[in-house]
Amino acid sequence: MTRITARRRHPLARYAVLLFALALVGGVYTLLSPASRPADAALASGKADDVAEGKSLFQAHCSSCHGLNAEGTSTGPTLVGVGAAAVDFQVSSGRMPAANPGAQAPRKPVAPWVNEDTTRQLAAYVQSLGGGPVVPDKNAVDPAQGNVARGGELFRANCIQCHNWTGAGGALTLGKYAPNLNEATPTQIYEAMATGPQAMPVFNDSTITPEEKRDMIAYITDVREQTDPGGFGLGRIGPVTEGLVAWLVGISALVLAAIWITAKKRQAS
Amino acid sequence: MSEMTAVPKAIAGPSSYLDDRIGAGTFLKRNMRKIFPDHWSFLLGEIALYSFIILLLSGTFLTFFFKPSMMHVIYDGPYDPLKGVVMSEAYASALEISFEVRGGLLMRQIHHWAALLFVAGMMVHMLRVFFTGAYRKPRELNWLIGVLLLTLALAEGLTGYSLPDDLLSGAGLRITEGVAISLPLVGTYITFFLFGGEYPGEDVIARFYSLHILLIPGILLALISAHMVLMWVQKHTQMPGKGRNNHNVVGAPFYPAFMLKAGAYFMFTFAVVAGLATFAQINPIWAFGPYTPADISAGSQPDFYMGFLEGSLRLMPPWEINLFGTSEFGTLPLSVIIPALVPMGIVMTGLALYPFMERWVTGDNREHHIADRPRNNPHRTSIGMAAITFYGVLWLLGANDEISAFFQISLNWTTYIGRVLVLVGPVIAYIITYRICLGLQRSDAAVIGHGVESGVIKRLPHGEFIEVHTPAAEDIEAHLRGKEAIPQVDVDADTEGIPPRGMRGPLGKLRGRMSKAYGGEKIPLDDGHGHGHGEEHAEIGPGGDDRSLTH
Repeated sequence: MTRITARRRHPLARYAVLLFALALVGGVYTLLSPASRPADAALASGKADDVAEGKSLFQAHCSSCHGLNAEGTSTGPTLVGVGAAAVDFQVSSGRMPAANPGAQAPRKPVAPWVNEDTTRQLAAYVQSLGGGPVVPDKNAVDPAQGNVARGGELFRANCIQCHNWTGAGGALTLGKYAPNLNEATPTQIYEAMATGPQAMPVFNDSTITPEEKRDMIAYITDVREQTDPGGFGLGRIGPVTEGLVAWLVGISALVLAAIWITAKKRQAS
Repeated sequence: MSEMTAVPKAIAGPSSYLDDRIGAGTFLKRNMRKIFPDHWSFLLGEIALYSFIILLLSGTFLTFFFKPSMMHVIYDGPYDPLKGVVMSEAYASALEISFEVRGGLLMRQIHHWAALLFVAGMMVHMLRVFFTGAYRKPRELNWLIGVLLLTLALAEGLTGYSLPDDLLSGAGLRITEGVAISLPLVGTYITFFLFGGEYPGEDVIARFYSLHILLIPGILLALISAHMVLMWVQKHTQMPGKGRNNHNVVGAPFYPAFMLKAGAYFMFTFAVVAGLATFAQINPIWAFGPYTPADISAGSQPDFYMGFLEGSLRLMPPWEINLFGTSEFGTLPLSVIIPALVPMGIVMTGLALYPFMERWVTGDNREHHIADRPRNNPHRTSIGMAAITFYGVLWLLGANDEISAFFQISLNWTTYIGRVLVLVGPVIAYIITYRICLGLQRSDAAVIGHGVESGVIKRLPHGEFIEVHTPAAEDIEAHLRGKEAIPQVDVDADTEGIPPRGMRGPLGKLRGRMSKAYGGEKIPLDDGHGHGHGEEHAEIGPGGDDRSLTH
């Protein structure tokens, strides 16, 4: 006690206290923080050698826009911290590698080198750079475990202003658009919510919990697999196609009927 | 008729009983043989009439099960994706009609498709009446009734598609509220009166229900009856043709010929409505979800007849005026008032006033029972096409997000192009239509002046080949000769240089100028014959030489 008291005004004491405090904070954080740190995450989302494989894939296919170390260039953003989920979403849906720059990269057939393994390796490499959301496991995206009705309410509150009631998609500003959700796999839907690709906002786990995400996936997949009860769905986009059909089919058919009915003239007698 | 001497007693007894008491015999005798002219475009109004009958019947069915209440209930029906969701009773009962009532979904879809065809039928009928000038004296009042019917049909549609209280109809309701509240001074009062408090309140569905099933259909029914009676009394217009004039009607008698045709056309209308309702889904309210003011979907559009208002709202720049520079004293939201009221005002007021403006310009006070062919009144046709273009651009742009998404055009550009097109488009349409009308008049004049191509090629002694023209068939010629010059007001000054009365002020001068442009004969039918006037004429042969060859 007296020893501390004696040396507490020592010129180096303040540094010692600072170091001690930093070590304490760091230690507590390490113990309590969620497991999304680079080194661990690399292991979590794949084997350690996936990272090396992923790096070479990255440099071959992605680096021209995203930079040799994913630091980003003028044509592509940095990928440090986007997470494995973002890579899996973009690559498995064919959006990346992008074919040409534009308002938005469209969904397209995947590149020839893309398969489950290469996607995992690429994701592991990007995950190792700065962490981020990881690819969800099978249970997290299983529609059978979700509550469809609750998912519907969440879907209407959060998604339909861009994606339309039934996920038919819609236009956004300046050539951007919210894509149709019919082709997205449950995993991709989850990843899109977690990472916010392109024009989409991020719905992280504190905004929409993983269970709620699963409910929404359940709603989206349930509705898109539904047989339209009322006949042809007309693209499920509402009154625009209905009006088109009313005129092109309804009025056209009735005009033809009118012409047919009056074609036979009464003979003058 | 003479061979029908022996009337069976079973018919004769009740017939004379009725005849003696209500004079049915003379009434029927006079009316059953009423002559109706035959032209396919004269049936278009019947689309609306028959759709209305279908609407009344299918709507009555829907009222048996619909509950116009905004009380909250928890859904416990057969549609799984909504199980346990809180919704209004109105929405729940609309779901019940769709999924639990036998034939309910079919009836709902019949009702909705018939509603679309009702308004669309009115529109095509109105365009036929407009372009043939069938609104002229003595039919101006019937035209006004028609304009009123169209306006009421829009209100009927708006109140109707709001009833199920689904998310899509809620978006329309929100816009209705926005328009009401944007009105200067009275906006807030009207809104609170309409919704019974703060939007959306708990009253509006029940109120719209009363309007939709009682008041508006009642007025529609009364006006449609008046429309029909006036048409019956004034007789139908007819197209110009052989033996037709302003004092007769050439066609088939109501009984049996026209009645059969009208009956068949009802069957066609019902077949189209039922066919659409069976095979094409309309207004899938279960997919939209229940209405909550917090939610809004991409692709929220009204039914097609409201599309032009939606489009004008989407095109409008975000202008607003804060009185005295601050919103404390009130805001005039031009971005809502102008698109909500101005296009509707232009279209509906323009329609209502057109017969009277035309009469003012032409000074034509005669009765007209022969319809104009659209080409023979080029300015009217051009004005009509300009109006269609104005309306059409607004209508199209009401769907600009779907156009943008489907054709992959930037949404912003659809708006910018639409803003230009809504002003420039009508002018271009006017000019093009006017030229087409004159061109068609020229081709009519050529048929009268030179006949029609016979398909016979003749070689002249000096080696030239010509095609022999033969005079047009009698009925075609009579049809073409139905054209008459559009009257003009008398504007010429007398010998002392004084214009006639009423033509002296600025308004009179304007009237005179408009009359000069609007009226008159642009391309006379018989002009140029034998004078080397028409170019076609000159090509066939020089001078009067061609007469023998081409006729």
